[in-house]
Amino acid sequence: MADFGFSLHPSSSIDLDNADKRLYKIVSELEPDIKKCIACGSCTASCSASNLTKVSFRQAILKLDRGLSEEAVMLLKGCMLCGKCTMTCPRGINTRNIINLILRYSDNKKIK
Amino acid sequence: MKERIIFGYDAFVLPFTIGMIFIILYLGVGLVRIIAALSKEDRIKLVKSFVSPTLIKTIKDIIFDCLLHVKIFKKNLLLGYMHASIAFGWFMLIFIGHIEVMIYTPQRNGVLYYPVFFRYFVMETQETLRGAFFFFLMDFFLLMVLSGIGLAIYKRFKSRALGMRRTTRLSKRDTIALYALWAIFPLRLLAESFTADISGGSFLTKSINHLFHNFVNNSDHILPVWWAYSSALGIFLFALPFSRYMHIPTEMLLIVLRNAGIKSDNTREGFAETEIYSCSSCGICIDACPMTTQKKNLNNTTVYFLRFLRRRNKRKPIVPADKCLMCGKCVEMCPVGIDSCRLKQFKRSDVSENGAKADYTYLSSYSSNVKKGSKILYYSGCMTHLTPNIYNALFNVLDKANLEYEFLDKDGSICCGRPLMLSGRKEEAKGLIEKNSMLIKESGADILLVSCPICYKMFNEEYDLGKIKLLHHTQLIDSMIADKTLKINKSDKSFVFHDPCELGRGSNIYRQPRRVLTSQGRVVEANFNKKESICCGGSLGSLALSKPERDAITKHSIESLTYNKPDTIVTACPLCYKTFSQLSGTPVKDIAQVTAENLI
Repeated sequence: MADFGFSLHPSSSIDLDNADKRLYKIVSELEPDIKKCIACGSCTASCSASNLTKVSFRQAILKLDRGLSEEAVMLLKGCMLCGKCTMTCPRGINTRNIINLILRYSDNKKIK
Repeated sequence: MKERIIFGYDAFVLPFTIGMIFIILYLGVGLVRIIAALSKEDRIKLVKSFVSPTLIKTIKDIIFDCLLHVKIFKKNLLLGYMHASIAFGWFMLIFIGHIEVMIYTPQRNGVLYYPVFFRYFVMETQETLRGAFFFFLMDFFLLMVLSGIGLAIYKRFKSRALGMRRTTRLSKRDTIALYALWAIFPLRLLAESFTADISGGSFLTKSINHLFHNFVNNSDHILPVWWAYSSALGIFLFALPFSRYMHIPTEMLLIVLRNAGIKSDNTREGFAETEIYSCSSCGICIDACPMTTQKKNLNNTTVYFLRFLRRRNKRKPIVPADKCLMCGKCVEMCPVGIDSCRLKQFKRSDVSENGAKADYTYLSSYSSNVKKGSKILYYSGCMTHLTPNIYNALFNVLDKANLEYEFLDKDGSICCGRPLMLSGRKEEAKGLIEKNSMLIKESGADILLVSCPICYKMFNEEYDLGKIKLLHHTQLIDSMIADKTLKINKSDKSFVFHDPCELGRGSNIYRQPRRVLTSQGRVVEANFNKKESICCGGSLGSLALSKPERDAITKHSIESLTYNKPDTIVTACPLCYKTFSQLSGTPVKDIAQVTAENLI
């Protein structure tokens, strides 16, 4: 195929049959704050790690909510838990706990 | 002096004797188990501590902490007296009992029950000097213990009178042991009073004997009372290993192990087990915990965390471990000195064991662009990046003093790793430690300057920076004011200094910030200060504490700080600064900002 120098964005539709919301359920039960997110992106903007690598809390909880647990974990693996996002969050979400819980309750073997 | 009973035995000694044999066996097995669970290096440390001056310190600590309870005296005189009178008085009763046996009936040496029931078996007149002396001592110490028990009963109803706002909820086993303990000494008094006209007694026992002459003189009543006394002892000894009173024997072992330099390396075995069993459930940590403001989170305090661990409950310790602010106040206030924060970190680490691990391989491509050869290297850390006015003020001060510095993480920092450590991810933190160490060493600086106490503690304890000297900015400012590099304008404003957890309790820096502030104005103290300072509520130590709960702590802390109505709240931690700024009515400033304002 001819290379036009651009490509189509992959479809972002969610296949409900493959959505795995187990992790979201565990995390939201332990830390209901996760439902408060307004996806403003303050967390990502202030993030120490996202300066250097692909870490995005906002995206991660969005993915988690959509059942893409593995992708969410991949987005948080570089997090240093420094807590800047907690300090900047306008909704007062306990972001560190959510990140910690996502890492804690995701299955290490499944994630590359 | 003569023995009343030829064989030196009566059946009433059985409950006590069986209880005593049980407890000796139990403690023996426990000791072997704990020593066996220690690592090899720890055992070598333990042996070495017996052949070094540490031994003297250990003996001193055991006398001061286990017998005299000096630490509790410092908290509250009455509370201290309550503990010391029971512990020291009881010890003296046992000790003098043994001396009596040694002097009067050496043939009974080694008979377990003889020193305890000496008055029953041996008659002695108080006319002889020796008799009168021992009788007096025994009665005196019995009175001492009884006064302690009286206070303990009073404390059940009105704990505030003894300086404790809240006390622990007792478990059933604790209650049984507690009532047995309370019963022992009144029963002893009664039993010895019954035999006082036969075996002799002093001001207490003799007086009771005279007072209730008709009732007490009936020798038919003697045995039942001695039975009751022995049974109370027996019940207490049997309940001891399963109740909080296990702290009595365990605390001595804890002191020995701690002075040998041993630390816990898991949540339950070895040294950790000693710590858990040394907890007396006194509940001092409940009042100390910042989380318990407005009567919240009472069940998430250290005492219950340790209780859950002790019962080997898998699930229940997680909540208190995750909620804890790790401010270290309970550790500081604990009369036994249990490092519970460390245990909580291990608990967090256990829970996260099977989860995904953080990955910092991306750091390898990061390089700083600091100029080499500058004397001072400044590391702001993550939090100070959120409060740039702190480092700007600090740079003003440094410029004024004509000091050259380099800003290591100007374009975004790599976290020091302490938040990871506190979350129980010590292994993962190593990736950050390695990278930061490399960057710092590469810079060739002599001094590493930090403005965040969290980083300070981390660099201090977990990094090996070689010759590079670590300074918190309060230390640097303090020394610059002392050697007159900085000239300061003293105003008539009043300051209160908030001791950040990691700087005060964590790194023992209390004097320097106060000296700095004294040179610029009047320093007033907070209601709770220094070691008792209340966490600002923003602590990175806590994982699960919600925003409203944190806000309650912040307000409580501000209340304590503004107790003496200062003009400004001064702190030395970017996290405290940011947390307070959001809720405080009084202006909040970092110590660098205050100094920058008062420069001449």
